[in-house]
Amino acid sequence: MHNIQDVPQPAPADNASPSSVTSVNPEFGSAEEQPLLSVAGLSKYYGDRAGCLNVSFDLYPGEIIGIVGESGSGKSTLLNCISGRLSPTYGTVTYQQQSKERCDIHAAPEHLRRMLMRTEWGYVHQNPRDGLRNNVSAGANIGERLMGVGMRHYGNIRSKASSWLERVEIMQERMDDLPRTFSGGMQQRLQIARNLVSNPRLIFMDEPTGGLDVSVQARLLDLLRELVADMGLAVVIVTHDLAVARILAHRLMVMKGGVVVESGLTDQVLDDPHHEYTQLLVSSILQV
Amino acid sequence: MTHTTIGQDSRQGQPDEALLEHGYNFAFLDEQTKRMVRRATLKAIAIPGYQVPFASREMPMPYGWGTGGIQLTASIIGQQDILKVTDQGADDTTNAVSIRSFFQRTTGVSTTENTQEATLIQTRHRIPEETLSKDHILVYQVPIPEPLRWMEPRETETRKMHAHEEYGVMHVKLYEDIAHHGHIATSFDYPVQIADRYIMSPSPIPKFDNPKMDNCPALQVFGAGREQRIYAIPPYTKVHSLDFEDHPFTVQSWEEVCSLCGSDESYLDEIILDNEGNRMFVCSDSDYCRKRLEAGHTGAMSEQQSDTPEVNSVEVANA
Repeated sequence: MHNIQDVPQPAPADNASPSSVTSVNPEFGSAEEQPLLSVAGLSKYYGDRAGCLNVSFDLYPGEIIGIVGESGSGKSTLLNCISGRLSPTYGTVTYQQQSKERCDIHAAPEHLRRMLMRTEWGYVHQNPRDGLRNNVSAGANIGERLMGVGMRHYGNIRSKASSWLERVEIMQERMDDLPRTFSGGMQQRLQIARNLVSNPRLIFMDEPTGGLDVSVQARLLDLLRELVADMGLAVVIVTHDLAVARILAHRLMVMKGGVVVESGLTDQVLDDPHHEYTQLLVSSILQV
Repeated sequence: MTHTTIGQDSRQGQPDEALLEHGYNFAFLDEQTKRMVRRATLKAIAIPGYQVPFASREMPMPYGWGTGGIQLTASIIGQQDILKVTDQGADDTTNAVSIRSFFQRTTGVSTTENTQEATLIQTRHRIPEETLSKDHILVYQVPIPEPLRWMEPRETETRKMHAHEEYGVMHVKLYEDIAHHGHIATSFDYPVQIADRYIMSPSPIPKFDNPKMDNCPALQVFGAGREQRIYAIPPYTKVHSLDFEDHPFTVQSWEEVCSLCGSDESYLDEIILDNEGNRMFVCSDSDYCRKRLEAGHTGAMSEQQSDTPEVNSVEVANA
């Protein structure tokens, strides 16, 4: 791994040390509890340009953090770096495994990263087709993770898949249909079920409601909020939609030009934005 | 009939003279190529079920006709070998006849249809019915060596999946079968796990033959010419056909027996006889069927032709 000390790091923006914010929230981050995910000094350069710059935060079990900002602000780069899909230029991402063992995601061997990806983590893509196996049925899509960890009883896999279909409000009789015969909203719910079936502890979401119409969006958000609360999931959610952030996220990080310009509790950031860019973002919500 | 040695006795193990004059080497391939193929084969045997890349050569036949198997045979074959070539179990089909005559011309070795007599058997899509011994080497022709290809089109990804033993998707394929057909409908190229490690495509043999691969005393090598892969199962290696606990692996079975030899334990081919819906079932392994006929076994159709049994039964088998 790169050593952070090797290269002079750009000075963090004034209010870009969001890790201090956690203490504000009494619900999370009690003294004895270790963060589930610690991001420290994360930077990703594409040549000379920085995709994201010196981002640090802690995520505690059951906590939902929203990353908002306009397109091109480095949200997705940040998410990809955190989730191990992209390797950062500087900085570390430390994850506490179920076994309480802490591991540096990018220094860890590939097989461990891939194992986490399909057991303790989930990744919900903006486009469900990226996250689903499109040539197999909905049931098989949900069952894949189970079979991946060694479940070899067809009946059990099927009953588990069917109970998950029910939880994400997809009719049982669609179980053996291919995902491409589903509507966009159903595909997105199927993708969520496919990720949650392995009882993950941490979910990454990249614009999960993008491309859905408003009423479907509302239902999906409702469902997500319920599932996340039920299962005590920690979530990193990237969105450009402040309404989505307000409904789901406990904490917000506002990004602009690859830098976190403001962070704090969601209500605090949205109701009393300090940074001028956040103020612009909040004021640009259409009032209907 | 039993032993169709075509190579001249005096020229046993010597290629056709006309070919030698043109500068062709024994068994067509040059020695450097054979070394390369042998190295890949040794590596394949050392890592059972692992697909070893090799620099597959152009062969004087189209891809899909067994270019991988031929390169393996050409690299393994020695002057003392006795070669048998089968295609779907039969020794007398176009593919088998062409490959056999190719090696007759280029090596001059003895050939046979008798499984027990052969030392080297190149096969397309079947394993002989007769039990193989440690004196046999079985060479398979493989069209698509990657068992994960159906689920994962990216080669870079399938290699990682093999490396990290991420084989969950193989069961997704079987799951789909059961979900749509009520049972595992995959009936050929049925995925197997070798020595509890690599998942391997057994080439498009019927799953009827899968149990024969398990703990087999013969060396089994697989060549995919177009895909440039060689893999192998060393003798006495565990070969496990994937399945579910509540849907165990089963092989095909028939209500009929072979119409010629009456065998009820061989793999049967269905042959449509006319437009009235008449059909017959015969052993796909022509050598096995012939031996049973010679031993006096009879089936439903062989009795009708009891006047001249030998000639007619062979004609039907050729049909």
